[in-house]
Amino acid sequence: MPELNQLYEAILAGDAKTAVEVARAALAENEAPLKLLLEYMVPAMDEVGRRFQCEEFFVPDLLLSGRAMKATLELLRPLLSASGAQPAGRVVIGTVKGDLHDIGKNLVASLLEGGGFEVYDVGADVSPEQFIEAIQSRNPDIVALSALLTVTMPAMKTTIDELKRAGVRDSVKVMIGGAPVTRQYAEEIGADAYGEDASVAVSIARSLMAKTPK
Amino acid sequence: MTRRYSSLAIADAGDLVFGQSASPVDCGYGLGIGRGLVYPEVNFTLPPISIDAATWPDVKEHYHNIAKGVLRRAVALEAPGIVLEFELLPAMTETPDWGAEITALLRDHLRLAYERHGLKNALRVTPTDIRDRNKPPALRAGAPWERLRRSFDLCIAAGADIVSIESVGGKEVHDRGLMWGDIRAIVFALGVLAPRDVAWLWDRISLACAASGHAVPGSDTACGFGNTAMQLAHQKMLPETLAAVVRAMSAVRSLVAFEHGAIGPSKDCAYEGPILKAITGCPISMEGKSATCAHFSPVGNIAAAMCDLWSNESVQDVRLLAGSAPEAYTELLTYDCRLMNVATAKGKSLTLRDWLVESDEWLSPQAAVLSPEATHQIAQAIIGASTDYERTVAAGRAAVAILECGVSQGRLNISAREGQWLSRLDRELTELQGKEQALTEEMMRANPRLFDPASYDLLE
Repeated sequence: MPELNQLYEAILAGDAKTAVEVARAALAENEAPLKLLLEYMVPAMDEVGRRFQCEEFFVPDLLLSGRAMKATLELLRPLLSASGAQPAGRVVIGTVKGDLHDIGKNLVASLLEGGGFEVYDVGADVSPEQFIEAIQSRNPDIVALSALLTVTMPAMKTTIDELKRAGVRDSVKVMIGGAPVTRQYAEEIGADAYGEDASVAVSIARSLMAKTPK
Repeated sequence: MTRRYSSLAIADAGDLVFGQSASPVDCGYGLGIGRGLVYPEVNFTLPPISIDAATWPDVKEHYHNIAKGVLRRAVALEAPGIVLEFELLPAMTETPDWGAEITALLRDHLRLAYERHGLKNALRVTPTDIRDRNKPPALRAGAPWERLRRSFDLCIAAGADIVSIESVGGKEVHDRGLMWGDIRAIVFALGVLAPRDVAWLWDRISLACAASGHAVPGSDTACGFGNTAMQLAHQKMLPETLAAVVRAMSAVRSLVAFEHGAIGPSKDCAYEGPILKAITGCPISMEGKSATCAHFSPVGNIAAAMCDLWSNESVQDVRLLAGSAPEAYTELLTYDCRLMNVATAKGKSLTLRDWLVESDEWLSPQAAVLSPEATHQIAQAIIGASTDYERTVAAGRAAVAILECGVSQGRLNISAREGQWLSRLDRELTELQGKEQALTEEMMRANPRLFDPASYDLLE
């Protein structure tokens, strides 16, 4: 039987190879996949998030941990699905039309994946129609919109307006972020949540999920 | 038209000082940049507004009011000269006629300011590099490149005195390298991909300028590389040591523009400017403490030490108590320049320069690589290397050596985790010397869909 704390430590260290090896060995010893996820992997990512917020981790540390988490989840996912376990939530994420910046959006996507969310990244310069198509095809719980420019911020409002027009707005929660975006702007355009920076994305997404009817 | 710098135009770090360049640039209405005076370069942008056919009259009204306010304030303060920078927004490059229309509008204001008030001036125009619309970016063909090329042509025809660009070649690999802390990818992007794109692009930009008979091929900036790293470091997402080393390495790809026709002034957001000035002798524009309207930087004073134009980077056209924000920042920059110009007139420019340097130098790794001495060391390392790749590695190693020296002498305080990164940078950059071919093959294998080899003349 492997020392399961190694799974926690490997994810914290961003060591995907060891994390997968420990998880595989544990499964071979009939450990429950849900136990591995809830008692070791999710706490490891919570600790990663804490260290990042406390400025003890840089983004590369965080992404490497996220990659270790993802690799281990891929091993566990078929078993989790068979047992009826669900991801933390489904997210469609993209940078709004006219804006090519994607670093912040990519970071949030990685953090959400590390936090156990299933993320569908629709890229940058994404039109409202593309968001609508992604909602219809992916059935997400949350749509996350990013913008870096003051002149592309209005596209966030346009996107939300178009979601309403297409009749899909009420089926998702909308969270927004980006350098020029403010909480006040989020409220003005009818978004459900605003994140000041990437580090709060997972906690915001979790709180939105808590408000989402099952 | 191409050249290769193998010696420093300004051989002594003591001669690197604001207002003085070895190869001044004359342009616009009577403006000589780098001939002794530092001039304000005012940059501005729109408040939140969609840019489309319906809002276009409002957009033009903003630029009309900005130019009127900025020039009125410059005249009132008896500024000896001024540069306006018009950075096109993406939609204005996508529709090249729009960018040209604003260029002509601003040009008209500048002409009147010169004719009525004798205000020497020039207009810098910077089209947006929209070639990264597609993934992977196709840099040398397709609609985005055609629109960008046309944007340059139309803006030059509409009266741009200086043209610049923040080119994006290599950024697709560099962004990913930064996020993952992948030093090999960063070096490949800055030392292999970006120089190839900059050379190709500037061969064309400088030809367009030459054909116009009036436009000056200004420069390229590593904004998308060095400033991305700087902002991520500011947010504690990346180590400052990494951002400082990226800054030094990014000077190589910007230098390539000068080797393919650019003559300066360099662009404000190119904090690598002092390194370029040491090598080329061309005048540089810089931004620092008076660009806090746009972003944070840990180099607010030291950035001014060697500048020839002093910029606010970008400010939204919003109302302040003092008037419009672009107008207020014109005043701020004008006073900054007055101080530098009086210091020069009194023979005290080196004293002021040294105060600007010393007030920042050892408070941040990013400032430590921008002192005249550090700039000089990095510039020496660059010209002593044989290829753009080796120059990039050499610039990075020089920056690491400067930081390590600062730490060992107790002048630069960095955290333990920053220290670990500095050691890693030292080790990996040393290992990368002489490995261009191997690294290129490795990156092409590892990232088959991240970048387009044909856009960089790399055979698959």
